[in-house]
Parts: sequence; C-alpha cells; structure tokens
Amino acid sequence: MPSSPPQSASAASPLADVTASDAALRRFLHGLPGVDAVGLEARAAALGTRSIKTTAKAYAIDLAISMIDLTTLEGADTPGKVRALSAKGVTPDPTDRGTPPVAALCVYPDMVAEARAAVAGSGVKVASVATAFPAGRAALPVRLADTRDAVAAGADEIDMVIDRGAFLAGRYLEVYEQIRAVRDVCGTARLKVIFETGELSTYDNIRRVSWLAMLAGADFVKTSTGKVAVNATPANTLLLMEAVRDFRRETGRQVGVKPAGGIRTSKDAVKYLVMVNETLGADWLSARWFRFGASSLLNDLLMQRQKLRTGNYSGPDYVTVD
Amino acid sequence: MAHDNASAFTYAPAPESRAVVDIAPSYGLFIDGEFREAAGGKVFTTLSPATEEVLSEVAQAEAEDVDAAVRAARTAFPAWSALPGAERGKYLFRIARILQERSRELAVLETLDNGKPIRESRDADLPLVAAHFFYYAGWADKLAHAGFGPDPRPLGVAGQVIPWNFPLLMLAWKIAPALATGNTVVLKPAETTPLSALFFADVCRQAGLPRGVVNIVTGDGSTGAALVAHEGVDKVAFTGSTAVGREIARTVAGTRKKLTLELGGKGANIVFDDAPVDQAVEGIVSGIFFNQGQVCCAGSRLLVQESLHDELLDALKRRLTTLRVGDPLDKNTDVGAINSAEQLARITALARTGEAEGAERWSPACELPDSGYWFAPTLFTGVTQAHTIARDEIFGPVLSVLTFRTPDEAVAKANNTPYGLSAGIWTEKGSRILAMAARLRAGVVWANTFNKFDPTSPFGGYKESGFGREGGRHGLEAYLDV
Repeated sequence: MPSSPPQSASAASPLADVTASDAALRRFLHGLPGVDAVGLEARAAALGTRSIKTTAKAYAIDLAISMIDLTTLEGADTPGKVRALSAKGVTPDPTDRGTPPVAALCVYPDMVAEARAAVAGSGVKVASVATAFPAGRAALPVRLADTRDAVAAGADEIDMVIDRGAFLAGRYLEVYEQIRAVRDVCGTARLKVIFETGELSTYDNIRRVSWLAMLAGADFVKTSTGKVAVNATPANTLLLMEAVRDFRRETGRQVGVKPAGGIRTSKDAVKYLVMVNETLGADWLSARWFRFGASSLLNDLLMQRQKLRTGNYSGPDYVTVD
Repeated sequence: MAHDNASAFTYAPAPESRAVVDIAPSYGLFIDGEFREAAGGKVFTTLSPATEEVLSEVAQAEAEDVDAAVRAARTAFPAWSALPGAERGKYLFRIARILQERSRELAVLETLDNGKPIRESRDADLPLVAAHFFYYAGWADKLAHAGFGPDPRPLGVAGQVIPWNFPLLMLAWKIAPALATGNTVVLKPAETTPLSALFFADVCRQAGLPRGVVNIVTGDGSTGAALVAHEGVDKVAFTGSTAVGREIARTVAGTRKKLTLELGGKGANIVFDDAPVDQAVEGIVSGIFFNQGQVCCAGSRLLVQESLHDELLDALKRRLTTLRVGDPLDKNTDVGAINSAEQLARITALARTGEAEGAERWSPACELPDSGYWFAPTLFTGVTQAHTIARDEIFGPVLSVLTFRTPDEAVAKANNTPYGLSAGIWTEKGSRILAMAARLRAGVVWANTFNKFDPTSPFGGYKESGFGREGGRHGLEAYLDV
C-alpha cells in the first residue's frame, strides 16, 4: 500500500478533526487505551523466545541486512569515512556477492552529497538526520533550514527528532505542527520521526507520540537517536508496531517502524523480525516498512550468514571494518 | 502461521531433543524407597497425547499396594517428623536444586506425557516446581513463626491425589508443604500422566531422602479411592474435578482425616472499556489457551464491557490467528495436544452444545495433526448466563464471550456460578480494581494479568471450587495439626 501525502491523508481521515485544536488533540491522545507496562514487556519477552533455525534463520538474516540503515553520526565523520561506509552498504560482504545491500546510509546533512555520490546507481538510499539532531534544541526555522539542506543535497529520507521538551510540557499541537512543517519541506523524501523514547519515559507517552506523529504525516516512526542511555528496546518497539497497526486500521495509511540504537547482534535482530511478523504480518516485512538503525549489527549478521553458508564461524577479521 | 505472501517469514521446525530423557519400558510403584511391581501384577500404558505413541507401561496399584505404601509412610513418619526443621529443609533444598539441574529432562518428559507445549513446561511448569520446593524448604525451620503456635505439629501420613493438567507442578504443591511441616506422603499421580511423578521418585533417591517419606502409587480412580479411604491416612489432599471431590468428601466425612480440595472453576476475565487493550488481549489468550485451557483457574468466561465488545473481539481474533498449534516439542508451539481421548470427547461435546444452544462459534484457520488428540482454539460469542458453556467447566481451549454494561452487572455475572476459583480485572483505573476485587467471590483475583503463579501466594477456591489453600504461609495450615 503506497503511503499517501499527508494533506490528502488527513483530509480523508476519519481523524481529521482531532488535530483541530490543542484541546481536541489532547483529548484524543489521552483517550487512547493505556499501556500496562508489565504486560507489554512480558509479551515482547515472550516473542523473544521464538526459536528461529535453518531456513528461517537464513531468510531472517538476509531480510535484516536489507533493512539496515547503516549509520555514522559522529562529530569525526569525514568524506573518507562516509565513502567507506557507503561501499560497505552497497557490498556488505565482498566474499559473497549474493549478500543483499543495506536499505540506506544514514548520515548528517553535510555528508549527504558525499553519500549520494558513493551509492549512486546501487539502489541504496541516503537518509539524513536533520532538525538539529540529536537534541532538536534549535529554533524551528533553523531546524527547517537543516532539513532543506539535507533534501537539497539529495537525501531520500529525513530522520527528524521531535521537540521532547514541548511534548513533555503537554504542548501537543505545537509538536504536531512542527512535524507538519518538516513534512512540508521534505518534498518527496520519506519522513522518519524520532521520538527519543528513552526521554519520554512512559509507555503511555510513547503510544501518544506515535499517534501524534502519524497524524502529522510521518512515513516512519522511530524509537531513538542512539545518543541517550535507553534506545530501542523490544517493548518500546512493540508498542510502536501496535500503533502503526491500529493506525492503518483506522485510516488505511501504512506507516513504517524503525528501532534504532543498541541492536547489535543477529539474535536481537531476529527477535525484532519475529515481533514484526507476529504483530504486523507480512505487509511490514520489507525495507520499505521496517528498518534497523544500526552500525555494528551488520558485521554480526554477516558473520552469522557466513556461518550458515560454510558451517564454520569465521571471526571479526573475515568481515570488513569500515 | 500461514501466509500466501511470497516474502513470508515461515518458522522452520525447532524441535526440542527427546534424547535428554530416557523413559524406561516399564515402571513399578515407588514404595519405601524402592520400585516394585504391583502385588497383582497389573499394568497400564501411558501415551503421548500428541501422537498416541505408547511411552511406557506403569504398574496398577491395588488396595494391597496402597496399604504397603501407607505402612511405609507410617513407619517413616516418627523419624522424619522428629528431624529438626533445618534438617528437613536441607532435603527440600537438595530436591529443589536437583529439579533445577534436571529441568530440561523433566520438561521434555512432561511435554511427552501431557501434551503441553515445551515452551510452557520449560518456562512455566519446571521453574515453578523448583520455586515451590525452595519456598517451602525455607519454611521448614521457621514453623514456630508461621502464626500457628510455638511448636505446630504435623498430621502424619498425607494421602495426595493429583490431576493430569500440571502433573509435576501439582506434585510440588502437594509434597513440598507436606514434607516441610514433617508429614510423610503417599501420592497418586493421574492415570494419564504418571511419568513425571515416577521421575520425581528418582529425584528423592538422588537427594538421599529417607525411605518411606515419599511414596508414589500409580493407577486409575480405584487406586485414588483406596488411598483416600485408607485407615492409616491422616490427611487427604485432592486436586481435580468437583464430582470426584464430592465423593472424596463423603468418604472422609466422620473420620479424623483433615481434608483440602482444589476443584473446578469457571473463571471470569472482566474487561472494562478503559482497559489496556493490547495487554488484555494477551491476558485473555493466556487465560484460556495456556495449557490448552486445561487449567482449573482458566479465564473461560470473558466478560467484556459492551461498549468495547466489537473492538476487543476484532483484536482477539486477529491475535488468535497467530497462535501456533501443533507438535508440543517444537519450541515455537503455543498450543499443544489435549491430554486424553476422553477429555477431547468432553470438550467436543460441550462445544457442540454451545452451537446447539445458539452461540456463535469461531476458530482461526489451523491445521491439526492427523494423529493424537487435538482441538482448535475456539471462541463463542453471543453467550449468555443461560448457556451451558457459560456454566459448565469445559477444561479445554474454548472461550465463552459474554457482555456487561456496568461494574455491578459484571460482579453479578462473574459471581453467578457454583464455582469461585479465579477472576481477572482489566482496567487502567486502580480504584476500580480494588472495588471489584473486594466484591468478587474467587480465591484468586488477578488485576491486569492472568494465570500468574508464585509459591508465596495462596491459591484455592470458594464454593464448589473447594476449600483450603495451597501456597504461601496459608499452605502450611493444611498440613499442621492446628
């Protein structure tokens, strides 16, 4: 199902009137069903006990590789670093050309042009964080300019951060309008909205912010920046999945999910895919609708992939360091 | 889970290895520290309900064997009850540790003999079994501080009869408090699931438990009847059906024997319109499909506030389509086999009655294996208090969905049953949880969860669900002369 532009989506949406005023939006968000923390975490943990072996494991590993937003977000990023990572994303395993490429490179706005050139013709997308990532603490015009820069440099996807301060202070409509404003300058780029779930803290907040972002036109909801203490967890990602599932049922519009930060092993990645499979089903099992924001995950997936192919564990010197 | 989508994520079979458990071709009775054949030489077979494969041949104890077992327990009682509590505690701690060490073996055994998914025997049954022994091991030297006087005395020989739904866990619930308080035991496991109790006998030997302190007699209903009627038994503890419980109460009436009964149930799972819906769906699923619904405290009646009915049922049906029914030894199986042909026939008949009385039947699409005893997860909507399936205990994966309008109506309907074992309340409003819990006549009331067990928490029923409590400090009372 194609994601429709936000304007027409909200015009056609049965939920159009809930964003008519701050009070209406507050009433709507606070009227969403509560989340029982113990039950949510128990369900996420139970899905983590699925035993994925042999053919299922091979399928899951390739799928996980194809869903990675291969990320470098350091102050020390250089054109050379971005070129190396781009090469890795396009050809993750030079010893096996059958390995799928990753979904996207994820970089700061000033590195978008470099990444764009490096992945040209490969099908790998370029995603850029924007809006004064990771804190988001800049005036809205600055955040919009940041976004425009990234889009102009060729970003296919924008990973924005929300104003957590405004959300925690209860200024929901302000957060909504900011997301709409970023959405408007994205043009054809797909918009991922980062909540920084570790800072929002409660599951009720996470459910509310998911709906808020989807109402504002997010193409993806994303847990975190990877820059704080608590990033993606099975429970907060499950909660995002439940939100996109319910949102599609209400509005017909499908939204993607991206857990980011802290997913380092193949085993963890497979657990997330099981969660997608049993919560959202096959419709979400592609890079168009599910992503992993990660960097070190890729090499672990490649080592597991080599193990399945050859029967032997290789080791960190048999995958490329970029 | 079946997808027709080309990019389907299909789980490959992930069977737990049977090699970890070595089942002998035949087993005798465990009496006075030794395995022996039944005096009459009779045997019966025990099957794997998932495949109908014969697992082993087990001795059929008759009156003479029961008498030998009770005599062994009587003989062992003076020395065992005279041991300092700390010494008895040491044995129980040792048993608990051995159970943990052998948990994988025992989980596979339990799954083979009972039909429950390995995920449950591994993650629920066995951890709870060990926890129960650890918990009561801790009480053994603290009985003077349990609130039953300075030196509470044991009763003597406990005759214990347990059901087939949680064979080893029900054994733990019975044996751990009995031994901690200084009683000796003759236990009869269910006819269809005798194996884990016989393996437990081996655990007792491994722990060096003195001869005769624990005796296991296998057999059918007649063996159980002989045990509860035996003159040398001081205490009878039974978990099972209300019909058999009544018979036992009649047998025991007018004797010195102390009795506890844990019988059937028709638990209400009450979902208000302000419930955490996704978690409520999980709670409904674990309430009725845990152990194929063969749970006395199952949430077999879903009472949903009418204003939430359609939304909740949609979510519930969607969730049921992801349940994986099949080989209990597969680590990804959620719903296993029904324990016996007899139980399957009962479930089938009651489901048919539900349809005949006009309730609407629904099951997710699922392929059931050709051999073995299987029943697809089923729910009935449009059920009222007048329907048989809202009143009779089905003891299977069948959920009856009823509606209510107000909290008062929810309480009235929940309590309108001859049973009173369990209930669940789903609401985000704390004051409502407390107000409801106080008015529900059920031995255990769960709030925003269901089917959670812990050795520290007493468990037992109101009305026809029985009397006496197992677990916690309360569980000591049933085995003390107080």
